[in-house]
Amino acid sequence: MSGVDPASVQVGTELPRREHNCGNVQLMLYNAALWNGHRIHFDEPYAKEVEGYPGLVIAGPLLGDWMNQCVEEWLGDSGVLTGIEYSNRAASYIGETLVAGGTVSGYQPDSGELVIDVFIRNEAGDVVAPGVATARLEAR
Amino acid sequence: MTGLLSEELLANIGKQSEPHRELVTRRDIRKYAIATGNRQRKYLDGDQAPPMFHVALFWDVVELDQLSPDGVSIDRLLPKFPLEKAMAGGLKIEYHQPVHPGDWLTATRTLTDIYEKAGRSGPLIFYEVVMDIVDDHGELVIREKTTRILR
Repeated sequence: MSGVDPASVQVGTELPRREHNCGNVQLMLYNAALWNGHRIHFDEPYAKEVEGYPGLVIAGPLLGDWMNQCVEEWLGDSGVLTGIEYSNRAASYIGETLVAGGTVSGYQPDSGELVIDVFIRNEAGDVVAPGVATARLEAR
Repeated sequence: MTGLLSEELLANIGKQSEPHRELVTRRDIRKYAIATGNRQRKYLDGDQAPPMFHVALFWDVVELDQLSPDGVSIDRLLPKFPLEKAMAGGLKIEYHQPVHPGDWLTATRTLTDIYEKAGRSGPLIFYEVVMDIVDDHGELVIREKTTRILR
């Protein structure tokens, strides 16, 4: 069994952060897995000249997925993710290093119910996608 | 309020898509898990679907001539809005049951709300679409609410 020790969890506990460097290949495979043909994700001249972006745009739900992963990797076998709410506040581009992380903002030790503030942050330190996840720690 | 939303437009609230039934396969799970950079073995091996796999499972599979020149498919659930530039979007997902290869899942999308707010640089239109995903027993597996903002 691996995962966070429920006895160590309290409001303010920080989740391990993870850097994501999404390249062309990963972004193409992600959009192919969805059947998402939006050209801003793979056609750089189109993204820049027609839509006015500085580069290829990382798909919004991929950032959402990384926040789910951040919580699940921390929980491990100690709990389950029950929900997440997030928004895509600003675009991110191929070549950027993005960081996924989170902080426990609510915990009911009796029921194991957890609330975790999660985020995707860019190199400038801006939160490009803020979110709130809910999870339940399970008694061992 | 500038009154961008006509009675006719608001009458679309409650509009529902046809139910869409799909089979969860190990291969599709593996592709999704790898492409998202997942590091958990149960997902990489396709033994269980990771959170948000439903986004891929229920993305519209449209034919090439149904895609617009920018490569986007038209969402037939939505009416024509008087504002068209999409701004930020948000998702709220409830996970009720785990998803495994071999599961048949059925998604039904409902346009649940359309409303207007005054933004800093003009009016904004918000709309919400709820997707309920159930198994073959009708039990809720995932509920997802999408909120989109148009300016």
